[in-house]
Amino acid sequence: MADTINGMPVEVWEKLQARFPGALHPAQPPERGDAEGYPQGGEHRMTRSVSRSVLQNRPRYEGVLVHSRHLLDVMRFLRDELGYVMLSSLTAVDYPEAVGQLPPHIDVVYHLFRLEGGGYVVLHVHTAREGAILPSLTPEFAAANLQEREVWDMFGVRFDGHPDLRRLLMWEGFDGFPLRKDWREAYFEEEHKPFRSRFPEGGSPLYAEERTPYHANVRYSREFAEHNLHVDEDFSEADALLYERMLSADRDTDKPLKTEEMILNMGPHHPSTHGVFRMAVRLDGETVRHLEPVFGYLHRCHEKIGERNTWLQNIPYTDRLDYINGMTNNLAYCLAMEKLLGWEVPERAEYIRVIMAELSRVVNHVLAAGFFSNEIGMYFTGSLYALEERELVLDLFEAAAGGRMMFNYMRPGGIARDLPEGWIERARALVRGRLPKKVKQMQSFLLDNEIVRARSVNVGMLSAHDAIASGVSGPVLRACGVRYDIRRAEPYGIYDRFAFDVVTREHGDAFDRVALRFDEVWESLRILEQALDAIPEGPIQSHRLSPKMLIPPGETYARIEAPKGELGFYLVSDGGANPYRYHIRATSLLNLTPLSALTRGVKIADVVSILGSIDLTMGEVDR
Amino acid sequence: MARQSQAGSVSRLPEVPPELQSSVNLTTLDQVYAWARKRSLWPMLFGLACCAFEMIATAASRYDTARFGMEIMRASPRQADLLIVNGTVTKKMAPLLVRLYNQIAEPKYVIAMGACAISGGPFKEGYNVVSGVDRLIPVDVYIPGCPPRPEALIHGILTLDARFDHESIRDIRAFQTGEDKGIPEPALGPDLLNWRDLEGLVGPPEEKR
Ligand code: SF4
Repeated sequence: MADTINGMPVEVWEKLQARFPGALHPAQPPERGDAEGYPQGGEHRMTRSVSRSVLQNRPRYEGVLVHSRHLLDVMRFLRDELGYVMLSSLTAVDYPEAVGQLPPHIDVVYHLFRLEGGGYVVLHVHTAREGAILPSLTPEFAAANLQEREVWDMFGVRFDGHPDLRRLLMWEGFDGFPLRKDWREAYFEEEHKPFRSRFPEGGSPLYAEERTPYHANVRYSREFAEHNLHVDEDFSEADALLYERMLSADRDTDKPLKTEEMILNMGPHHPSTHGVFRMAVRLDGETVRHLEPVFGYLHRCHEKIGERNTWLQNIPYTDRLDYINGMTNNLAYCLAMEKLLGWEVPERAEYIRVIMAELSRVVNHVLAAGFFSNEIGMYFTGSLYALEERELVLDLFEAAAGGRMMFNYMRPGGIARDLPEGWIERARALVRGRLPKKVKQMQSFLLDNEIVRARSVNVGMLSAHDAIASGVSGPVLRACGVRYDIRRAEPYGIYDRFAFDVVTREHGDAFDRVALRFDEVWESLRILEQALDAIPEGPIQSHRLSPKMLIPPGETYARIEAPKGELGFYLVSDGGANPYRYHIRATSLLNLTPLSALTRGVKIADVVSILGSIDLTMGEVDR
Repeated sequence: MARQSQAGSVSRLPEVPPELQSSVNLTTLDQVYAWARKRSLWPMLFGLACCAFEMIATAASRYDTARFGMEIMRASPRQADLLIVNGTVTKKMAPLLVRLYNQIAEPKYVIAMGACAISGGPFKEGYNVVSGVDRLIPVDVYIPGCPPRPEALIHGILTLDARFDHESIRDIRAFQTGEDKGIPEPALGPDLLNWRDLEGLVGPPEEKR
């Protein structure tokens, strides 16, 4: 890669400086902050005050600090002139105490990428914690829509000019902004794990569950508990804003025929959403006039819990994100940690990682196709074909990792366990013998089927331009004809050693999205064959890990091409045994950004077809 | 057909003429009821989180719950009689889960599948997580695991089946007189307002019952 300054190409930095003289500052003053010689993997636990002083220097921070005044201009400049068209991740970090010369603030972080690869640009924008407000990017950058809503929901940063700033994951009326560092849950025990009450011997009477009033996982402000708890109020106001929005959005006032419209809720319990996803639909007869996705029914507070866990404790949690692809989730998180640690991974482990990731992709794609057939009404038949193959791959995973679905297999610097004897041969037999036959069969059953074609060809067309603008990635993006695959654009691990093609399709309709997944399965099988043949013997772990390992301070964003698209982890370390900030750029959530636009004007039966072709896992959407 | 009733009770029943003895079986109503119930337990097609995938795997070809007469998963709660809570119950979902439970016709059974449904599991501390579905609805069988293997789910279902043998038709809620008000739905305020947790402190508003 070319020379970088603060994590971004020098040339970009120079152009930015030339265009906005004096407006931008490097997020990390170059002369300060030296992370070298920092104890790595040590056993001792840092005290709060030490980590605080480390944070003050903001060593190894990336990107540039932009004043909110210039944010939109800088974003436009980067997009239109330097080609940073993809606003991949938008999130925030809360600093409730002063950091160096900086007063307490919330740092909103933007990660931008180019289609051609070549590193990312990070923008940091600061805002005060009280009355936090920033200009919204949503009117011009569709990809910001859901992410800004999430930041508002979790951090309480208002985005001025956002057309629909409602809470994303929690409900309207929820008390507080949970990802702020000073917001504490009902079951709050102490700042960091492992909790003293349970570790090493435990026995402390201070279990949070018992100290909580009502003994339930709830917390009310004192005034509310005193005055309102007994008031017979209708608390179901949570949806009022949603319906208001639905009724006002894109009204067609000069319809020739006066018809009555209705609002229909699909979900959160609905057979087509495979999970708890809700779509509120405004219908005119059978035609969808407006669709609003409602998230958060599986919001498991992953990030808040993750910031309390130790670094290694988070690995099993990532399994539960996109629970079909535990392996790739592990991989992305471990890559992010390795980036912060600067660790290498031994050859054999690299190969095993690739093999696991590609097997996972095969499973995901056939399952996605199977469930798509569910969605369009082939009740369970298609999925049964897919599930049969899944079981065989799960057997391999189980033999290697010990679990069917939840693996906890990868580690920074390698993997947890070596493959058992005979594993490679079994995998080879599956990859060479059975899978190609079965995939071919499924492919022809599904894609040559007239009903499937009738239900999916020209349904839910997404243009390449819209797809890029709204932050879509993975097969959904490639089905629109964009040749973009992180395994090629910015190869991680050893992907640059394998011969495979980045397949695309042109139309961007539901059919192409399903068909493209089959094309990708063939490429994955190609990679698997090469990897299984070339895998060397050797060590599988480069460092000795300790449960309370420390990671030197800094921030990073690492991403992989997960089966569903770009899966990124944004980590901030303050040098402690726990992440200071742990954010997941969820593929499935971002892939749903264009859902509203895709479904406008279609028949209600096509909504499920479109949703099925996007392929989402709620665990990842809501986290 | 139904198995022969116990020898003790046969003596009080009328004689069966010899020519009918091969085609008539005598039993009790309770046993017929249990027999039918066991072999037609229809689960609700309801997926919450990761554990749902293991439930799907259980229904698929390798584990195949069709062997127990329960291959028909019903999407509508009105047609189901078993609710498998397979995943993390969030506060946002809690009111809806209770509503779904109330909509299932009696007799109904609940299986809490996995650590999350039992206690909140790995996500227990989460601010949006209900620490155990039994805070909301009554649970018949708990299956530990994260996720439980399909075999474990089958074991849980068989445990439920075994319970039917001890059930008398007289005790089943469905055959009781009086109106079933259902469980009051929790509400979403500044946090979850679960009337059951709050009981003793405040009564639930009457019309919510
Ligand atoms: S118990 Fe484990 S596998 Fe099941 S829903 Fe909870 S986290 Fe997922």
